[in-house]
Amino acid sequence: MRIAIIDESAARAAVIEEGLREAGLIELAIFSERRGMIARIEAFAPDVILIDMANPQRDELEEVFDVSRALARPVAMFVDQSDTAAMEAAIEAGVSAYVVDGFAKARIKPVLELAISRFNAFARLRDELDEAKSALAARISIDAAKALLIKKRGMNEAAAYALLRKAAMDQGRKIAEVAEALLMADKMMGGL
Amino acid sequence: MTDRLRFGFLPLVDAALPILAHELGFAEAEGVTLELVRDMSWASVSDRLLYGHSDAAHMPAPLAIANTLGLGRPPVPLAAPFVLGLNGNAITLRPEIAAHITQVGAPGDVAEIGERLAGLIRSGNRMRFGVVHRYSSHNYMLRYWLRGCGIDPNEDVEIVTIAPPYAADALESGEVDGICVGEPWNSVSVERGAGVIIAVTAQIWRRGVEKVLAVKSERLAAEPEPYHGLMRALWRAGEAFVDPTKLDQIAEILSRAEYLNGSARLIKGAISDQILFAHGAARVHVSDFMFQHREAANFPWVSQAAWLYAQMVQAGHIEHSASRYDAAQSVFCPDIYRAALRPLGVPLPGASAKLEGSITDPMGVGTVQGRLILSEDSFFDGRQFDPDALDAYLSVG
Repeated sequence: MRIAIIDESAARAAVIEEGLREAGLIELAIFSERRGMIARIEAFAPDVILIDMANPQRDELEEVFDVSRALARPVAMFVDQSDTAAMEAAIEAGVSAYVVDGFAKARIKPVLELAISRFNAFARLRDELDEAKSALAARISIDAAKALLIKKRGMNEAAAYALLRKAAMDQGRKIAEVAEALLMADKMMGGL
Repeated sequence: MTDRLRFGFLPLVDAALPILAHELGFAEAEGVTLELVRDMSWASVSDRLLYGHSDAAHMPAPLAIANTLGLGRPPVPLAAPFVLGLNGNAITLRPEIAAHITQVGAPGDVAEIGERLAGLIRSGNRMRFGVVHRYSSHNYMLRYWLRGCGIDPNEDVEIVTIAPPYAADALESGEVDGICVGEPWNSVSVERGAGVIIAVTAQIWRRGVEKVLAVKSERLAAEPEPYHGLMRALWRAGEAFVDPTKLDQIAEILSRAEYLNGSARLIKGAISDQILFAHGAARVHVSDFMFQHREAANFPWVSQAAWLYAQMVQAGHIEHSASRYDAAQSVFCPDIYRAALRPLGVPLPGASAKLEGSITDPMGVGTVQGRLILSEDSFFDGRQFDPDALDAYLSVG
């Protein structure tokens, strides 16, 4: 089974590719660069095409699928309309697939399920990364605000942190937000 | 209790009515909470709608017909009870080609421009055009114009699909020689000096149907109430859209990151019909460039669906049959429009179809409620379209 993965995110494509390879599906190709993509896909002659739903190129590709003589008429994977749960899962995950007409549905289902779980895994990874990034940014702001209080108010570190925490509790905000407000105020006052 | 409706859209200026129905509170006032879901392709907008992940969608009218007939996807009957707007698209060519066929920077006579384009093509210039979707009004309007100017759109030129965000790049790199797209994408190409607008679609068909509110017929029949409320909210949004005092506010709303994520200045140009035809030129007012509200613009004339069907047949996208023609026409639902908007007291046409392109001077038309005057709805070549005489229309080609 030849599988084409079309994704503007090379990182996500790699995550999907890894999952498929582990499952023993090795005839894979990733297409990330728009230029000349159609010709490269036609040359690869996939049986299955996986593409992220947010990719603006879907309409261009569907037209090619309609008119291409080189490709064996891939159709949207939602051919099996009875399987609403699978469709829902795919749309939720943001993955869509095209399957060459006549290809056995039974062989497609596991590929699609794998793609869905990989898409979801990638989304979780990205959320975790975003969280890690914002945690890091919060840490940096709090440290800078503490340093400011130590310098300008002659406090020790524990007292500076306690002050930030109390202000946050009083205002119902996060410590990092209070720290950022303090830094902003200091900047606007020209560091006076 | 309010009804929640998920509404799929693409970031285009003509998604204005659903966005404004939500942002200006018209939907809430009708007891409908809209959740707007933005996609980047019509394929994804269609998938969400067809498989129940959204409840309604902003959709090119011919795509609603294509989905109903099962072109490219399994057939799912869709209903279009409300037109979200007429026209608003333009044809933009690479500057060096435009210079040969139009007075750069100003609107011209599109029949003459087309004649000069035909001359260029006949003298051996192979041209490729990009349209936003195979089953888009843009594609059929471009084809209609080319054919009317003696250019066979199937033989003499190549027409391919280019997603709007790539249109300016495709012009710049020479991947295509011309594009027919909606706003703000023509303006983006013009601002970058990548293209020159040679025609707006309102010059090709003064009342060309563009996007519609698309709903699954089954859903609409089962739960009409929330959709009726939605349609009244969309009508109010149209009223706001044409209110000149709201122009800046509307441009600002549409430009937001969650909607078009684009330049409020370019959007304002489009919604006020102030068109920049070429980089460095002055903006020119083009009457009815976008036509979203007046003269019952939102009424789904069955003859508009019929006209689109005729173009789809001529493009080779549909093989004509009486049953397909019926199915295509039944996508447009004037009865539902009347039922939903009756409480607003707005003019409701009595007829459901008309002779398209037959009005040259303002004309009163029969209504079941209110008073309605329709003005010029001509095609650039003066042809008329009678939905009851499809065979004769197709045989002329």
